[in-house]
Amino acid sequence: MTLVVMSRLESAFSRPQAALVAFITAGDGDTAANLDALVAGGADVIELGMPFTDPMADGPAIQAANLRSLGAGTTTADVLQIATDFRARHPDVPLVLMGYANPMIRRGPEWFAAEAAKAGVDGVICVDIPPEEDDALGPALRDAGIAPIRLATPTTDAARLPQVLEGSGGFVYYVSVAGITGKQQAATASIAEAVARLKSATDIPIAVGFGVRTPEQAGAIAKHADGVVVGSALVELVGEHGQNAPAKLEELTKSLADAVHSAR
Amino acid sequence: MNDQRNSFKNQPDERGHFGEFGGRYVAETLMPLILDLEREYRAAQSDPAFKAQFDDLLEHYVGRPSPLYFAERLTEELAQNAPQGKGAQVWFKRDELNHTGAHKINNCIGQILLAIRMGKTRIIAETGAGQHGVATATVCARFGLPCVIYMGAEDVKRQSPNVFRMKLLGAEVVPVTSGGATLKDAMNEGLRDWVANVHDTFYIIGTAAGPHPYPELVRDFQSVIGKEAREQMLSRTGRLPDQLIACIGGGSNALGLFHPFLDDADVKMLGVEAGGHGLDGDEHAASLLGGAPGVLHGNKTYLLQDEDGQITEGHSISAGLDYPGIGPEHAWLRDSGRVEYTAVTDEEALEGFQLLCRTEGIIPALEPSHALAAVAKLAPQLDADKIILMNLCGRGDKDIFTVAEKLGVEM
Repeated sequence: MTLVVMSRLESAFSRPQAALVAFITAGDGDTAANLDALVAGGADVIELGMPFTDPMADGPAIQAANLRSLGAGTTTADVLQIATDFRARHPDVPLVLMGYANPMIRRGPEWFAAEAAKAGVDGVICVDIPPEEDDALGPALRDAGIAPIRLATPTTDAARLPQVLEGSGGFVYYVSVAGITGKQQAATASIAEAVARLKSATDIPIAVGFGVRTPEQAGAIAKHADGVVVGSALVELVGEHGQNAPAKLEELTKSLADAVHSAR
Repeated sequence: MNDQRNSFKNQPDERGHFGEFGGRYVAETLMPLILDLEREYRAAQSDPAFKAQFDDLLEHYVGRPSPLYFAERLTEELAQNAPQGKGAQVWFKRDELNHTGAHKINNCIGQILLAIRMGKTRIIAETGAGQHGVATATVCARFGLPCVIYMGAEDVKRQSPNVFRMKLLGAEVVPVTSGGATLKDAMNEGLRDWVANVHDTFYIIGTAAGPHPYPELVRDFQSVIGKEAREQMLSRTGRLPDQLIACIGGGSNALGLFHPFLDDADVKMLGVEAGGHGLDGDEHAASLLGGAPGVLHGNKTYLLQDEDGQITEGHSISAGLDYPGIGPEHAWLRDSGRVEYTAVTDEEALEGFQLLCRTEGIIPALEPSHALAAVAKLAPQLDADKIILMNLCGRGDKDIFTVAEKLGVEM
C-alpha cells in the first residue's frame, strides 16, 4: 500500500470551502508580522511578492510596494530568508512566491528553484514567463518539486488553454480582467463562465484574482472558484499603516476569509 | 542550403529566439495578441500590396531614399593627424534628412500599416528623447488614429520641444512618474496600458526590442537603411564599404544599417554604446559592454542590472540612448562575434557633435554623435583607401539646449 501524502497546496484546495489566497510584497514593512497576521486572519495560501524594479503587470498599489521594499534594501536573499522563517513558524500553510522573471533567473533557474525549495516554498508564479518560454524556469521548478503556477486570462482562448495547463501545478491563477493588478473589477457572471470553462479542461484548482478588494466580491467569486486571490487591498494597508499594519491586515483578512469560506 | 545555415540573416528562429536571446517573455494576457501580430506580420510580408504601400509612403512622405554622402572635409580633418597612408574615407547614410528628423519614422510607417491591417483603432507608444514619440504622433496624424505617448516625467521636462511637437500632432502625452520616470518606466506604463486595452490598441514599439515579433519586424522596417546604402555605395564607388558604424540605444538604426550587410564577410561592423561618464562606474547606458543577460520588457537580452536582477538606471547625455537594455539581435550578434561593440563617453560624443557641425555644416543628434566619436577614433587608424560608412540617424535640433548647457552657453 502506498501512502499518499498531500502537498500543502493540495490540502489547501481540497477542503469543502474555497481558499483565500492573500498577497503581500516581501520586504515591505514588517513582513514576518504581516504574514503572521494574514495566517491569523484565516488566509489559506500565502502569496509572497518578490520585489522588482519594473513590475509591468502591477497597478499603482503593488508598484509602490515594490519600490518601498527595494528602497528599504530588500535582496533576493532577504526574500528567501522571509520564506524560510515563515515555513519554520507555519509548517502547514502553503507559500507561493510571485514575481518577475529576471530576479528569478539571475543566478540561474536551478539556483533559484533549489533555494526556494530549501526555504519551503510550494509554488512560484512568474508573471512574464508564458508557456512558450517555459524552458527558462519551468523545468528547474518541477525538478525541485515546486509547482509552476501559470496564469490564464480572458484572452486565453480554447485553442491556447491546453498549452497553458500543460506543465502547470498547484493551482491555475485566473486573471479575471485584461489589465493590471488592483484596478478594475470583473463582472461575477463573466468570472463564473470563465471558471467553468477552465474546470472543464483541468482538475487543477482555479483561483481567481485581479481587482478583488472586498469581502462581497470575494464571496461572490468563491461561489464558483476554488480560490480567491486578494493583493492590492492588503498591500495598500501595509503602505498606509506601516509598522501598525498587522492588526489592519488581520481584520481585513478575517472578513475576506469569512466571506470566502462561507460562500457555498 | 549550406548558405542558409551559415547566414547571419536567418535569425530569429520560429520562437523568436536569436540564439539564447529574444523570445516572448510577456504576461499571458498579451501572449495571444503578440501571436496575432506575428500571424498578421507574416501575412503582410507576403502581400505585395503591403510592401507597395510601405515603399510609397517611404518615398513620398518620408523622403526616401535618403542620400549617401561622402564627408570630404571631415575625412580630410581626420586624416591630418593620421600616419602616412592612413585616414579612411568617411561616408554618411543621411537618415537625419527623413521627415521628422530621424530614422524612427521608417519603423512607425511599417507598424501603423500593420495596426490598420489588424483593425486596431488606437495607438500607444513609449518615448525617451521624444523622437519615437514624434514619429508615432506623426503617422497617427497621417492616418487619423488617436495616439497616447508615454514619456518619463523627467524626460518631459528635459525634452519640452518634442512634447510640444507631439501635442501639435494631436497626441496625448502622458508623463510617467513611476520608478525613475525615464524611458524604461515609460515602456512599463505602455505595457500596462496595452494589457488593459488589448482589444483595440496597437503598441508601436520604437526600437528593435520587446517580445517577438517586434525585434524582427522593427529590424525589417529599418533595413531599408542598409538596403539603400548597399546599392548606393555599389553604384557610387563600385564596391562595398569596409566598416559600418552606428550608435546603439535599443539598436534599431544600427540593425537597419547592418542587417543587409551581415553576410558580406569583408564588411566589418561596429556598434557604439553610450558610455556616459565612463564604463568603470555606474553612470553609463552600455548594456552590452557593462551589463549581463536577463529578461525585461518581453525579451531576453543584455541588461544593466545588479546581482539580484534588479534593473539599474542607465545614464547618457543622449536621452535616446538612456535605456538599460538592448535589442536581442545585437546581443546575439555580439556573442556570435559578427559585430564589434564599443562605447564612447558623453564628453567624446559632445566633441563628435561639434566636429561635424564645424567640418560639414551638419548638426547631428547626440545619438549619432556617439558614432561620430568612434569614427574620429577609427578613421586615422585605417588605410586611406578604406571606406567607413556611418549611419547619421538623426539631426540635432532637439539637442541644442542640452549641448548649450554642457558648453556653458546661456540661451
